[in-house]
Amino acid sequence: MERLGYERIEGFSEEKKVGVLISLLALMVLTATIAISRGVYEISFVDVYTIILAHLSPIVDVSSVNRLHNTIVWELRVPRILLAVTVGVALATSGAVFQGCFRNPLVEPYILGVSSGAAFGASLGIVYPHIFHSVQISAFIFGSVAVALAYILARTRDETPIVTLILAGIIIGSIFAALVSIMKYISNDTALREIVFWLMGGFYYASWKDVALVSPIVMSSFLVLWFFGWKLNILSMGDEEARTLGVNPEKYKFLLISIATLITSLAVSTVGIIAWVGLMMPHAARMILGPDHRFVIPAAAMLGGTYLIVCDTMARTLTSAEIPVGIITSILGAPYLFYLLRTRGRAIFG
Amino acid sequence: MLQVNDLYFNYGKKPVFEGVSFEVDEGELCGLFGPNGCGKTTLFKCCLKFLKYHHGSVVMNGIDITDHRIESMAKLVAYVPQEHKPPFPYLVKEVVLMGRTPHLRGVFGISRKDKERALNALEVLEIGHLADQPYNQLSGGQRQMVLMARAIAQDTKIMFLDEPTSALDFSNQIRIWEIMRLVAGEGVTILACSHDPNHVSWFCNKVVVMNKNGIVAEGAPHNVITEAVLDEIYGGMCSVRSVGSTRMVMPRKIAEREVDRISIDSQLGMRRPATAEIEAV
Repeated sequence: MERLGYERIEGFSEEKKVGVLISLLALMVLTATIAISRGVYEISFVDVYTIILAHLSPIVDVSSVNRLHNTIVWELRVPRILLAVTVGVALATSGAVFQGCFRNPLVEPYILGVSSGAAFGASLGIVYPHIFHSVQISAFIFGSVAVALAYILARTRDETPIVTLILAGIIIGSIFAALVSIMKYISNDTALREIVFWLMGGFYYASWKDVALVSPIVMSSFLVLWFFGWKLNILSMGDEEARTLGVNPEKYKFLLISIATLITSLAVSTVGIIAWVGLMMPHAARMILGPDHRFVIPAAAMLGGTYLIVCDTMARTLTSAEIPVGIITSILGAPYLFYLLRTRGRAIFG
Repeated sequence: MLQVNDLYFNYGKKPVFEGVSFEVDEGELCGLFGPNGCGKTTLFKCCLKFLKYHHGSVVMNGIDITDHRIESMAKLVAYVPQEHKPPFPYLVKEVVLMGRTPHLRGVFGISRKDKERALNALEVLEIGHLADQPYNQLSGGQRQMVLMARAIAQDTKIMFLDEPTSALDFSNQIRIWEIMRLVAGEGVTILACSHDPNHVSWFCNKVVVMNKNGIVAEGAPHNVITEAVLDEIYGGMCSVRSVGSTRMVMPRKIAEREVDRISIDSQLGMRRPATAEIEAV
């Protein structure tokens, strides 16, 4: 075949897209690097990195650094930032996957009721600590149960139509929301306060234990979902299209939604409900790189990580008391979506 | 290449078609013709395994389709749907490249060859200039052309087209039919449904005519697109005339008016139309 003019252009544009992905990764690392040195307790940039180096390299002795600084940097800030990145990646990736599977750019990872289910699980754990020992495990279980219920409810004759699934998600979500209200109603003041804080989401209790539990699962799930990027393109064309192009829609939708739900549920049960990231980041990624999910998924993930680092750093440094990060993500996110709607409405929302 | 044997399908209790049988040979361009709501699209969906038929069988390439997996079906048969609009602004070249999906292997299995195939398909349809435009912002007709390009890029032995010319202007309609003939000439078996009796009689090797409850006629176009058959499905709306050696189906009222005018013209001794003899078949 003779060379067509735009063959070269196309090759070029894919290289450019890879370049954009690399710069997004660099942006995320840079944001994290700066965020570690920021905090209510002033520690100089040099000191911060001496401590981190001391932990990472075998040569420098950890006991040589200031113990208070060490605790603040290594036990509080580093795991907190790593957890923010992980949760950002989890929510943004699953947001992109949900939007693709549901063929709807306004879908977010909580659409199937994960958040309400997890909220109910968490409030059970908070109100009855002697029955449900871990708030996190209880939230995770109920978050997953909610999605499973929605899926079962929507399944008719070996098919799961999207509209039915979304409706089922809304139904299940509202049932669990009502159950959360019951829990709020019967709880005492301390428990109520704790439930409300949990619902707003935050990284206050981030520890290395959380990072060790959540990060490996989220990162490997992210890689799996990224691997299915092209299949997700096909799925987003519709069930019949997918079938004629050799992609079994039931099988792949189930697989992708299950993985996306796993990481969302894990993120929500660890840090509470953080809104907007899962809805916004895939949009931002699509604006930068176009709708091809092979690029949208990694770009959304890295933008999500960056965004949550920024929001969480603001949450812990703006005032001497902590602001729940969910409030900041919403306050920054809503105007952004409004801007998108006004400027790119037709291109993105059809 | 494609055999449909005694197929039955109903939505709930309402039968859509009963006992449908026909076959299409390799490299044949077969037109499926019939009035609105007679079940053409449903028949397509049964053949493509979107819907489960209740009785009968569909055999493609010698294998019953119930034994084909979705992945192997996609290598065998391509489908051009009637109308469809994805929610995301994929570029035209990306949509056409999706046609290569059944042939992809590996992690990022889109090779240079696949991209060339996709761009080549755009060139065949002469819509290369649309390659970098968002697919969901094109007009309905342009989208149909893109889907046709995708089916060509899919490189299958059988192609199903659901009213491939419904949203196209006259010149593009003719172009699509000519491309279908070209593709069929390369050995691809094509089943296309259409609402235009002229198109199926001009371009197809074979025509299957469907009515509310099954097949009315099948065979070569000049045996099938006749007034008797059209009267049966349209209830006396159409007449068939010959212009030279070409068949024309036209509304009966127009055809009668035409004959009247010709007779008046000849009475007045005026020149007869250059289209030569127009005679009833």
